[in-house]
Amino acid sequence: MTLQELKDIFHNGLWKQNTGLVQLLGMCPLLAVSNSVVNAVSLGLATALVMTLSGAAISPIRNYVPNEIRIPVYILIIAVLVTVVQYVMNAYMYSMYVVLGIFIPLIVTNCIVLARIEAFAGKNPVLPAAMDGLAMGLGLTLVLAVLGGLRELVGHGTLLGGIDLALGESAKAWVITVIPNYHGFLLAILPPGAFIGLGLLIAGKNWLTLRAEQKAKAQKIPAAQISAA
Amino acid sequence: MKRLTKAAVRTAVNMLFFAVIGTAVLAATFMLTHDRIAQSEEAEKLKLINQVVPSSLYDNDMVKDTLTLPANEQLGTEQDSIAYRGRLNGQPSVVVLEVTAPDGYSGKINMIVAINQAGNVTGVRVVSHKETPGLGDYIEIAKNKWITLFDETSHTRYGEDDWKVKKDGGKFDYMAGATITPRAVVKAVHKALHYFENNRATLFAATADSQSKAKE
Repeated sequence: MTLQELKDIFHNGLWKQNTGLVQLLGMCPLLAVSNSVVNAVSLGLATALVMTLSGAAISPIRNYVPNEIRIPVYILIIAVLVTVVQYVMNAYMYSMYVVLGIFIPLIVTNCIVLARIEAFAGKNPVLPAAMDGLAMGLGLTLVLAVLGGLRELVGHGTLLGGIDLALGESAKAWVITVIPNYHGFLLAILPPGAFIGLGLLIAGKNWLTLRAEQKAKAQKIPAAQISAA
Repeated sequence: MKRLTKAAVRTAVNMLFFAVIGTAVLAATFMLTHDRIAQSEEAEKLKLINQVVPSSLYDNDMVKDTLTLPANEQLGTEQDSIAYRGRLNGQPSVVVLEVTAPDGYSGKINMIVAINQAGNVTGVRVVSHKETPGLGDYIEIAKNKWITLFDETSHTRYGEDDWKVKKDGGKFDYMAGATITPRAVVKAVHKALHYFENNRATLFAATADSQSKAKE
């Protein structure tokens, strides 16, 4: 695996093929837990971990699984990995487990995990497969974090609220109150806030991509004219 | 035909193989984490109990001194619930009841209510609920101090008719915009107090957890 390949994988995962903004897979956790930064990042990282592990676990067996039953086998492996992550979290990060609760088992049904395995891990060696899972997972985490920040800021006027649940009492001081005495804006916290926020993020991403394309075109045109002449 | 059967058998064996491996991995993880999980769950319960019961009120292991109560209308429970009993120098001092308010704005509100020997509520906490975020969720201690209004309440302090929100002529404050939620909580705590008064003797009976029949 060359450095260029690694760079491509991360460029795809974090930006070009971002699961949250471009592939639009994995909407279930996106809507459910993106009401605060801490919740969003916690579930994002849990998903990234599962994606990395499942990429690494499935890639080596890809040539031994009969084609007809590959989906059930993949799902079985993903479900096992998610349950292992859930047990470990329950045992060693109990307060975090309480917060994320039912969303951890839902990682199994998050289509992004299976989608990356079908599209990538099932066709590539172990290291790139694991890296692809990691990159895609981190891309999702990033979008979740931005969306979570947006909703928390508009809805509660704070950032990093509830971080003490994830990192212990001492982290309570990290909570940033951006707008003091804010009465809250309920719409942002409820599911519609997730849809509206995500729409804005997708629009923003498209605008940036379009601008980059136009810039590239503008640079190419003079060169094309020269060659035509 | 023979080739087809062979393929089917191969597929089935393959599937079985992965299922066995998956189960083995899960079983191993379960064995490794089981004790830790039980410990954290117990610690979490104790943390919750300590929020409603001052630690000066008991010196026994409350998480272990339990009594299973059958489903009861006054507790709002539809299944067995657990009462945690606190004792000081061997004398019964306080009991923590699991109470459900069935009539919240969006479904059941589960809480724990601690009542001491004298019939005073020492504390109430909401364990889980589905009330509207930002409106009805001030019953959670994390969001608001409202639930501490129940500290030190009793039938000697508030008469039968005082156990209502102020809007309905009672003594309990509430927040504009959400009356159904606090109304349900007040009603449930009041009913739990009645339950305690009717079943005081059974609740403090010396026998540790055995299915005892409580009076309605």
